[in-house]
Amino acid sequence: MRITVSVNGQPYTRDVEPRLLLVHFLRDELGLTGTHWGCDTSNCGVCTVRLDGVPVKSCTVLAVMADGHEVTTVEGLERDGELDVVQKGFVECHGLQCGFCTPGMLLTARWLLERDPDPDEGTIREAISGQLCRCTGYENIVRSIRWAAEAQAQAQPQPQSQAQAHAPTDAEARQ
Amino acid sequence: MQVPARFAYERADSVPHALQLLERYGPEARVVAGGHSLIPMMKLRLAQPEALIDINGLTELGQITVEGEELVIGALVRHAELLAHTIATDLFPIFRDAERVIADPIVRNRGTVGGSLCQADPSEDLSAVFSALRATAVIQAGGAPSRKVPIRAFHHGPYETAVEPGELLVQLRVPIRTGTGSAYEKVERRVGDWPVAAAGAVLRVVDGVIEQAGIGLTAVGAEHFCSPEAERYLEGRQPGEEAFAQAGRIAAEHCEPHADQRGPADYKRHLAAELTRRALAAAAERI
Ligand code: FES
Ligand code: FES
Repeated sequence: MRITVSVNGQPYTRDVEPRLLLVHFLRDELGLTGTHWGCDTSNCGVCTVRLDGVPVKSCTVLAVMADGHEVTTVEGLERDGELDVVQKGFVECHGLQCGFCTPGMLLTARWLLERDPDPDEGTIREAISGQLCRCTGYENIVRSIRWAAEAQAQAQPQPQSQAQAHAPTDAEARQ
Repeated sequence: MQVPARFAYERADSVPHALQLLERYGPEARVVAGGHSLIPMMKLRLAQPEALIDINGLTELGQITVEGEELVIGALVRHAELLAHTIATDLFPIFRDAERVIADPIVRNRGTVGGSLCQADPSEDLSAVFSALRATAVIQAGGAPSRKVPIRAFHHGPYETAVEPGELLVQLRVPIRTGTGSAYEKVERRVGDWPVAAAGAVLRVVDGVIEQAGIGLTAVGAEHFCSPEAERYLEGRQPGEEAFAQAGRIAAEHCEPHADQRGPADYKRHLAAELTRRALAAAAERI
């Protein structure tokens, strides 16, 4: 079946079998190996990508379901050679060790900060509760996301913040 | 690497189209929405449908509305949408309690209310919730008017529902009644897991007396995910700790939990009593 999926703003057209999972489409068909593949059972969250803005576990989504939709992967976080603020947070606060869980954590953190620019620790922990990290014990991940929230607030002191500009649209909320 | 067996894939663009596709592919076709129950089963080859009918495009099934005296929840509403819907969760806080502990936020972004009910897992949280609420399921077949099935007749057993081949669950309708409180209590081994046991309670109190009680139970082998015996005991009584504790004991007596990796049967029976008591107390506080 021929599908066209927009990934990080670029359309890709491929012939795929309906049984191909989105995670393998991204990794094997498009070579975007930033999306990791772990448990294969929708538990660990390392395969998390954004589908029309909403984080989903791509090991449990068929590639054909993304036909005509927009996918964002960790490769799409950086803008014009500059890391996203959540990526900077993970650098600043040592938010990763082996890095296996990191792409999913980053995308979920990005999504969280768009919905809640000032999340407290409990909110952050709840937001990442669908993602397992075997290395950090989560402390530094929580700190990294807090760092990003503060950095983002400092960068945009005006009320018309990036968070509002990126507030989920109805279309995003529907997915 | 887990790969589903081959299947034909069709995308429905309306309810009639979905029904036509179901008719065309026959009983070996399955409807897929969020896919968070079906796709894992297909990956393990526990399910091998010949065709998948993708209903993710059916926006008409993705709404939550109030129609007269009923809250109407489309089958395609995602768990995250129900959790975020303040009208629904203010009317029935049991939805907020339950949805916060169903899987995890990322899974809730994709999984649907209708899919959870149609999967009919014996440990499904929403089955207990809708059973406690005495909801009605609306089922649509091709070329026929839709039919309404009380949720307590919807589940025929583990992984079996009233939805026949060629039919589609389209809505859940929940009666809205004044003077009602609701709550859900769940014990799980770790965040995002299926329940070891869970109980939901819906109480309607009129003039200081319980006019109607709804008790939903899951993962403890309660028939139709409810406890009519405990409900009957409560109706006509005054709400209070003693009555709630007794209702919990009655609910526990009438369920049939099985030992598994989540715990021994006695422990689950103990939880059925205790969680029923707690859910009733929390529901009473919210009236
Ligand atoms: S690989 Fe998808 S959740 Fe683990
Ligand atoms: S950094 Fe290794 S799994 Fe999280």
